[in-house]
Amino acid sequence: MLDAKIPEGPLDKKWEHYRSKSHLVNPANRKKLKVIIVGTGLSGSSLAASLGESGYHVSSFCFQDTARRAHSVAAQGGVNACKNYKNDGDTVFRMFYDTIKGGDFRAREGNVYRLAECSVNLIDQAVAQGVPFAREYSGYLSNRSFGGVQVSRTFYAQGQTGQQLLLGAYQALMRQVSAGTVKLFSRHEMLDLVVIDGKARGIIVRNMDTGEVERHGGHAVVLATGGFGKIYYLSSLAMGCNASAIWRAYRRGAFFANPSWIQFHPTCLPQFGEYQSKLTLMSESLRNDGRIWVPKKKDDNRPPNDIPESERDYYLERRYPAFGNLVPRDIGSRAAKEMIDAGYGVGSLKNAVYLDFSKAIAEQGEGKIEDKYGNLFRMYQKITGINAYREPMRISPASHFSMGGLWVDYELMTTIPGLYAVGESNFADHGANRLGANSLLQACVDGYFIAPSTMPNYLANEIRTGPIDTRQSAFATAEEAALQKLKGFLAIQGSKPVDYFHKALGKILYDDCGLSRSRAGLTEAIAKIRSLRGEFYHELHVPGGGGQAMNSELEKAGRVADYLEVGELMCYDALNRDESCGAHFRVEYQTPEGEPLRDDKNFAFTSAWEWTGLDTEPLLHKEPLHFETVTPTVRSYK
Amino acid sequence: MRIQLRVWRQEHKSKPGQFADYELPEVSPDMSFLEMLDMLNDQIMRQNGRPVEFDYDCREGICGQCGVMINGRAHGPLANTTTCQLHMRTFKDGDIIHVEPFRAAAFPVKCDLKVDRSAFDRIIQAGGYIAASTGEAPEANSILVPHEEAEAAFDAACCIGCGACVATCKNSSAALFTSAKISHLALLPQGRLEAKERAQQMVAQADKEGFGHCSNTEACEVECPQAISVLHIARMNWEFNRAAFF
Repeated sequence: MLDAKIPEGPLDKKWEHYRSKSHLVNPANRKKLKVIIVGTGLSGSSLAASLGESGYHVSSFCFQDTARRAHSVAAQGGVNACKNYKNDGDTVFRMFYDTIKGGDFRAREGNVYRLAECSVNLIDQAVAQGVPFAREYSGYLSNRSFGGVQVSRTFYAQGQTGQQLLLGAYQALMRQVSAGTVKLFSRHEMLDLVVIDGKARGIIVRNMDTGEVERHGGHAVVLATGGFGKIYYLSSLAMGCNASAIWRAYRRGAFFANPSWIQFHPTCLPQFGEYQSKLTLMSESLRNDGRIWVPKKKDDNRPPNDIPESERDYYLERRYPAFGNLVPRDIGSRAAKEMIDAGYGVGSLKNAVYLDFSKAIAEQGEGKIEDKYGNLFRMYQKITGINAYREPMRISPASHFSMGGLWVDYELMTTIPGLYAVGESNFADHGANRLGANSLLQACVDGYFIAPSTMPNYLANEIRTGPIDTRQSAFATAEEAALQKLKGFLAIQGSKPVDYFHKALGKILYDDCGLSRSRAGLTEAIAKIRSLRGEFYHELHVPGGGGQAMNSELEKAGRVADYLEVGELMCYDALNRDESCGAHFRVEYQTPEGEPLRDDKNFAFTSAWEWTGLDTEPLLHKEPLHFETVTPTVRSYK
Repeated sequence: MRIQLRVWRQEHKSKPGQFADYELPEVSPDMSFLEMLDMLNDQIMRQNGRPVEFDYDCREGICGQCGVMINGRAHGPLANTTTCQLHMRTFKDGDIIHVEPFRAAAFPVKCDLKVDRSAFDRIIQAGGYIAASTGEAPEANSILVPHEEAEAAFDAACCIGCGACVATCKNSSAALFTSAKISHLALLPQGRLEAKERAQQMVAQADKEGFGHCSNTEACEVECPQAISVLHIARMNWEFNRAAFF
């Protein structure tokens, strides 16, 4: 039975209760302990810096050429915190409720409450670091509202909030590098996790510049490796985003929770052609002033400005009058897909809907809109050649965020003792759908506040362990296996490049395990993925033939090999869950109006999967969700 | 459209490099420059060649990892645009495009178009931060920052660390990069306390890394994807000189 270790006591006292009772490590003993942190996004950088400041030795790894490039940098819109600066009735409880409702009642109460509770201090921390949040003329912090809520609790720095928060964490990290508490390994990719006597004791990494494979030992290992929405190939994510670190951990015994819950972001750029590598995201904040519509007539080929008001269908405002264009992402994305599938799509491939600013520009003036979204409008013009001040943007849903990830308990520890997962790489806080501006928040609070408070509870028992010797056989075995795997990719010498397989996998998943899923489709997808995986190991072409240090194709091959296994697990997960909730929409489970039909009686649990080997069905463990404070209701944004 | 490419090929930092010629017969004007390079690599691999190594990650102009010299200009012919945000509609059918790595003594070439920009990390390590450890922060609204100052700080803070400023500068100066951070933090009340040491240490580190001095050609501002103003260099000089006297 999975034990989430939720502390006793009333909801609003759990975190305080936990921190009052957990073990601590004496400052003098901290320098005897080494922590390995993989990933330097918001959660990884902030945790590495915070642990370094406390006096632990930290080794920090990232595959990018510097820590500052991790994909948190691309988050645009903002970060939520219930400061109630707008006097609009915001409280910790309201933020907790919005988040748990937004997640369609599929997250743990204790975790979500803590997320809201810590949000307040996060803004303080970021401001102290010099994050230039938007300010009023009086000098006070400014807020805006985001999808799924009715208060203004989102703090922002133009359309580059993720960049500014990440630079704050990166600078704190660089300060610790300079102080000598953190050792930085950029251009290093994790290939495997080393487990000794049931505890996480280190990692195997590849230096991507030299090609050398290295062993690193530590008293605890933290994965802060982000999300895997890039599995669909076309996504809003960076090209390098991958599941490899968490997948290696899964194969070593960590459970993987809710793998199929992937958020599709409603406001991304549509696909224009086959060569395309990326569906760039346009911030959700645009929905504050932009109105989404499609023509009322199918296959309407008129330019958008020639379509009169009376012939436009503002379908979100029509279907969800209470929230309108600010419905949560799962609802916005699915509604767009329904309109596109029904033949109302716009653009040359008929795969988009309009996001129109003409009303906001008429009401507020172009200058005001430029102040708020100038960089987004510029980016849109660079990519599409279209001026969105004059004509509506064309947008479409794209894979964006993984709510699922490694299963962790309240302490953010996985099922492998000493292995933690923070930020997007864990599953903990967003349920079946994440609210906008909660991902930066979760990454930050995991890294700055939660893991630094929970890890000592484990590390306190490690002060007598002594340094981890990487000459142990478990390290040698893992290193050898990793080397053999790399050699294996090079030896296939088939005719198809890695991208061919990634695109093919993405197509299967988009069709059968994307915005909507069905039993038949998922069953078929599992067979298709297995067959594609077989083809991969026969037909893959990785250039280089060994001995070549820098080899981007080899890096990609490792990631796609793992994706070909992750995709199958996603399908098993989606197949098992006979209900619709949040991002998981099973066509068999919907109301006559097409709204999702959740089944609290049978599916109010977290699915935690255990690896059983290749080509076999993984083992399902259920962690029941106990709702002691809230009563799950039908999530209505009408 | 048909595009001819002359691409810098260099297998290893210790080996000499040279240009190699390629031709792509069917480039779409809607492709980004990096997608065009993806297409080139696909073609090279089909002929069993070694694909061109080039840096990229987010492909939306914010991570700062991509960046090459295109016909002698950092990030290509458009002002204030990263390589990933440059699209082939900017070029004409039949164009010959020269592609080279960012060149500077402090940015050694690692392989083909990839260079080592870790010197930037070391400049930040020298003082590009506010020493506010986790847990020490006061209530956020107790530090008031006027709107204009917050926006001015943001305009400096939005640097993506791509290195185009260095690559385009005839002196390979990192003045724009270094000054953007000094300026961002000096403009905010919470960053003022350490302004003196920060300016001295970061400038010293940039010198140590082998970046040249600024001679006010202002070429960096033109190529900077975030259009960071050279006025920040003036502020850096003011902070640096002030540190010596006060």
